[in-house]
Amino acid sequence: MSFLLSITPFPILSALLWLTLLVAALYFARQTAHRLILAIGISLQRVFRAASLTVTKAEARLSERNRQVLLAAGKEAKERIVEREFDRINETVRKDLASFSVLHRNLSESITRIEEDHAEAVDVPPDPPEWVKAVEAVAALDSKDSRVGVGGILSNIHESMMHAHKEAMAAYRRASRTRHGLLRGMRPEWRRIQQTLDKVGKNVDSLLGRSATIDRHMQEYEDIVKGEDHAVSILSSSSLVYFFISALVLGVAVGGAAINFSLIARPMAEMVGGTTLIGGFKTADIAALVIILVEISMGLFLMESLRITRLFPVIGALPDKMRVRMIWTTFTILFLLASVEAGLAFMREVLLQDELATSALLRGDAAAVATNEYMWITTVAQMGMGFILPFALIFVAIPLETFVHSLRTVLGLIAIGILRATATIFRLAAGSMRYVAGIVTQLYDLPLFIPLWWSERESNRAEAAERLRKAVP
Amino acid sequence: MLNRRHALLAATFAGLIGGCAPEDARNAGVYMLVDTSGTYREEIDKAGQIIRFALSRLDATDSFAVARIDTGSFSEKDIVAKITFDDRPSAMNQQKRAFAESVQAFVEDTPASQYTDISGGLLQAVEYLNEKSPGRKTVLIFSDLKEDLPEGYVRDIAFELDGIDVVALNVTKLRSDNVNPKEYLARLDEWEQRVEVAGGSWRVVNDLDGLDGVL
Repeated sequence: MSFLLSITPFPILSALLWLTLLVAALYFARQTAHRLILAIGISLQRVFRAASLTVTKAEARLSERNRQVLLAAGKEAKERIVEREFDRINETVRKDLASFSVLHRNLSESITRIEEDHAEAVDVPPDPPEWVKAVEAVAALDSKDSRVGVGGILSNIHESMMHAHKEAMAAYRRASRTRHGLLRGMRPEWRRIQQTLDKVGKNVDSLLGRSATIDRHMQEYEDIVKGEDHAVSILSSSSLVYFFISALVLGVAVGGAAINFSLIARPMAEMVGGTTLIGGFKTADIAALVIILVEISMGLFLMESLRITRLFPVIGALPDKMRVRMIWTTFTILFLLASVEAGLAFMREVLLQDELATSALLRGDAAAVATNEYMWITTVAQMGMGFILPFALIFVAIPLETFVHSLRTVLGLIAIGILRATATIFRLAAGSMRYVAGIVTQLYDLPLFIPLWWSERESNRAEAAERLRKAVP
Repeated sequence: MLNRRHALLAATFAGLIGGCAPEDARNAGVYMLVDTSGTYREEIDKAGQIIRFALSRLDATDSFAVARIDTGSFSEKDIVAKITFDDRPSAMNQQKRAFAESVQAFVEDTPASQYTDISGGLLQAVEYLNEKSPGRKTVLIFSDLKEDLPEGYVRDIAFELDGIDVVALNVTKLRSDNVNPKEYLARLDEWEQRVEVAGGSWRVVNDLDGLDGVL
C-alpha cells in the first residue's frame, strides 16, 4: 500500500493519480463490463429458473409418491375395517342365525301347539234338541183344556228336559272353563313367540346397521381406489391427527419405560456389577435397558401374533397353529420377565434399606434405622409396578404402528413443504437476477460520473453541431 | 465387493470390542495414616469420624486402608484395616459395616506410641496405592505433622508421589507452636515442599466440616 502511495513525492498526488488511472480504466472497460454483468445476471437467472423447475418437479414427484403412499395406507386401513365388519357379520350370523333351524322349529312347535289349543278351544254351544220346540209347545197347552193325561206326561217330559238342559249347561260351563284354561296356557307361547321374533328383529337390525356401515366404508374405499382428491385430503388430515396422538401416547409409554428402568437399574448392579462400563455407560443400566427393550419386543411380537398390529407381515402370515404357539411363547417370556422385574423391584427396596442402615451406622446414628411398619406398602407397590409395567408396555405396539405409518406421510408433507419453499426462493432469485444486474451496472457507473458527464456533454455538443449543419444548407 | 464387506465386518467387530474394552480406572484409592503418638492419641476419636465419613463416600471397587503412625510405620503390620470394595452394592455395604467395626476397635484399644514416623507411613501408603493402582490416589495424614524418629531410623528418602493427593487433616498446634507460631508454619511448609517436590499435591484441612471436598 505504501508502495502505491510513493510513486510521487506526495501521497495525495499519488492517490489522485491512481484514482484517475482507475477511473480511466473502468471507463474504457465500461461496455465490456456492462455486457459481462448482464451476461452473468442472465446466466444466474437461467440457473435459478432451472433449479426452481427441477425442485418443482421433485416436489411434484414427491407429492405424487406421498399421495400414493396415503392412498395405499388408506386402502389397507379400509380393507382392514371392511374385513373386520364382515368378520362381525359372520360372527353374528354364525352365533345367531346358525341356531335359526332350532328357532324355526321352536316357532313351529309353538304355533302348532297354539293351533291345537285353539282348535280345542272352539266354543261350540250345545245344540238344542229338535223336538224341544214341540215339547215346549205341548207343555204350553193348558191342562184345563181337558186333554186328559197329556198334560201330565208333557209336564214330566218338560221337567226331564229342563233337567237335561241344566246338565248340558253344566257340561258346557265345564267345557268353557277347560277352554279358558287352554287359552290361558297359550299366553306363554305367544310371549315366547314374541320374544323370539324380537330377537330375530334385533339381529336383523344389527345386520342392517352393519351393512349400512359396510356400505359407507365401501364408498370411501371406492373413493380411495379412484384416487379422488377429497379422499386424499381426508386421509392426509387423519394421518396428521394419528401422528400427533400416537406421538403423545408413545411419550407416555416412554415415561412408563423410564419408571420401569429406574425400578430395575439399581438392583441390576447386584447381577452385573455396579461399576463396569460398556461404551461409557454402566453395564447395569444397559442390562436394565436391554430387559425393557426385550419386553417391548416381546409385546410387539405378541400383538403381531394376535393380529392386532401388522408391523411384521411374516408373523401375520404364519399358520394359525404356529401363531398360537408364538402367542404362548411370547406371553410366557413376558410373564417370566415381569416376574424377574417384580423380584428386582423387591431387591431394590432391600438394597435401599441396606444402604440406609449402613449410612446411619457410619454416621454413628444407628438408632435412626428404625423400620417403618408401613414400608411393606411401598415394597408391594414397587413389586406390583415391576410386574404390571411390562404388560402395559405391550400396548406400545399399537401407537408405534400408527406412528410409523403416519410418520411416512408427515415426513413426506414436511419434505414437500421444504421443496415448495426452495422452489419459491429459486423462482424469486431468478426473477430478481435481471434487476440485480441492472443495479450492479449502475453501481459500476457511479465512480465514472465525471467521464460520463463529459462524454454526454461532448455527445450533446456533437449532436447540436450536426443538427445545425443539417439545418443550414 | 467381498473384501469391502469383510472390511466392514472387521470394522464393526473392532468397534464392538473397543466399546467393550476396559476403560481407564475410575475408582479411588485412599490410604489414611492415623497418628497415635503421645498427646495426639487423644484426637483419635476424630480420626474415627473421618474414617466413617470416608467409608460413606467411597464406592464399589474403591480401595481403602487405615494405618497407624507409630515408632516405625513403614510396615504392613501398622495397617489396621484395608479393603477393596466389592462390585455388588449389598456386598459393599456389608464390607463397610465390617470395616467400621474393626476401625472402632482400633480407635478404642490402640495404645499411644512413643515416636512418630510419618515418613515411613507415607512410604507405606505410596507402596499400597501403587500396588492397587486406582484411578485417583489420596493419602490422608491425620497428624500434627511433628515427626519424631527413634535413633537409627533413616527417613531422608525422596518420595515418589506422582498423581497422589496428600491431605493433612487436623494439624493441631503444639504447645511450642503457641510460643513460636513460626515452628508450626515451618512444619507445614516443610511437608508441603517434600510432597510437591516428589510430584504430589498438598492440602491442609483443619476444619473437619470441610471434608466434603477431600474425597
